[in-house]
Amino acid sequence: MTGKTIVRVSGVTKDFDLGKIVVKVLKGIDLEIEEGKYLSIMGPSGSGKSTLFNMIGGLDKPTTGKVFIDEVDIAQLDAYELAWLRCRKIGYIFQTFNLIPVMTALENVTLPMTFAGMSNDDAVEHGMDLLKQVGLEGRHAHKPTELSGGQQQRVAVARALANSPAIVLADEPTGNLDLKTGEDIIDLLKELSSNRNVTVISATHDYKMLNVSDQVIWIRDGRVDKIQERSELEIRTGGLE
Amino acid sequence: MKRLIALPFRKSLEIAFQSIRVRFFRSLVTTMSLVLAVAFLCYMQTCDDFAQGMLASGDVAAYEILVQAGYDVVPGGANIATSAKQRWIVILSLLVCIVGIINAQLMSVTERFREIGTMKCLGALDRFIVRLFVLEALMQGLAGSITGALLGMLTAAVSSTITLGTGAVATVSWPAVGYSLLLAIVTGTGLSLIGVIYPAIIAARMQPVEAMRVDQ
Ligand SMILES: Nc1ncnc2c1ncn2[C@@H]1O[C@H](COP(=O)(O)OP(=O)(O)OP(=O)(O)O)[C@@H](O)[C@H]1O
Ligand SMILES: [Mg+2]
Repeated sequence: MTGKTIVRVSGVTKDFDLGKIVVKVLKGIDLEIEEGKYLSIMGPSGSGKSTLFNMIGGLDKPTTGKVFIDEVDIAQLDAYELAWLRCRKIGYIFQTFNLIPVMTALENVTLPMTFAGMSNDDAVEHGMDLLKQVGLEGRHAHKPTELSGGQQQRVAVARALANSPAIVLADEPTGNLDLKTGEDIIDLLKELSSNRNVTVISATHDYKMLNVSDQVIWIRDGRVDKIQERSELEIRTGGLE
Repeated sequence: MKRLIALPFRKSLEIAFQSIRVRFFRSLVTTMSLVLAVAFLCYMQTCDDFAQGMLASGDVAAYEILVQAGYDVVPGGANIATSAKQRWIVILSLLVCIVGIINAQLMSVTERFREIGTMKCLGALDRFIVRLFVLEALMQGLAGSITGALLGMLTAAVSSTITLGTGAVATVSWPAVGYSLLLAIVTGTGLSLIGVIYPAIIAARMQPVEAMRVDQ
């Protein structure tokens, strides 16, 4: 357990000011996430998983506290550096897939590569390769509306991998999928983290995720409830069965 | 390390064009008010061009036809006077058109909030979003204005032939008509661009978290 720390969250709180009342969603989160781990953030609905997830991904700013990615405080980045981080360093997977509806599967996958400055030919070649890896060979010319939920999420996984990010953030990637399709996506993510040394961080309340996680972080009411390593988990699930 | 994010111009054009094509009906609605306003502007201008041609021919009969058709011509005058009322109607129609464009573009931004947020999550800079919206408006503006201008000119030609007789077509100065067409197209495209500025800024300021919202 001497891996490099890739994400460090330090004393992060988040309040939402709703005018009359201030909702305190995160109440001081400290985390260190090692490179190449498959990490699940678990917790009841409304516990602040998505909120924490947005902070880690640089999509929202904490009220207090800091998020470091590769030991760089992301609050210090300017708009260009932040865009670069989102483009090259992090791949996002959403519960609602969020493919660009007017673009084909292939165009969705190549868009981040275009942003990263890759030439069109290279992007198409790499994009086709990624679609093949997620098992969507031959569906590259389809629009998102012509694909099933599971297929759309596969496109989203391929898109998240477009620029070989160090971190893949997935907020309830299986939330809108049936059991079997959800399992496929989980396997795909697991494969990624073990084969490519990608750090996968996924927020979920899907218990299937536990089996593949290296570490599970339980969030309750805006605080880290407990952190379990894989070894502890196995004893536990083993005990239950 | 150079941390550069890019969206080549060609690619922007491609995305903007595709966006219009796929949402063809929506684009058509956005463009419709522009087509009508530009057609009206071009119609007014070209009608004046035809009357002006008749007047310039110096014929006495032509002069009487013009008076009968309701044109404000002073005896011996060299110019057709566009009445202030006419000018106001044209300006008003253009204003209504701009409001219509802003409204339609704002709706389009609202409809596409998730798409815009997602693009930002993938690394799009604010100006990529502005550029895409401006390019779309430019294409819609050009297409709508050209259609409107041609429509207006044809209507003017037909109605002038009816009210002023075939002499109008014979005496009209075609460069003047061409100029009216060009003016209408430039005005229309300009309106389309002015109308998109505010919606494009709203779109560009959208935070990437918006893309994550599950509701709506
Ligand atoms: N933009 C916002 N404005 C106000 N309150 C918000 C906002 N975003 C989240 N919240 C509140 O923060 C709390 C935590 O939300 P969050 O989405 O992080 O929960 P979650 O753990 O992801 O839940 P779920 O499992 O249902 O996705 C909720 O009570 C929610 O109402
Ligand atoms: Mg959530």
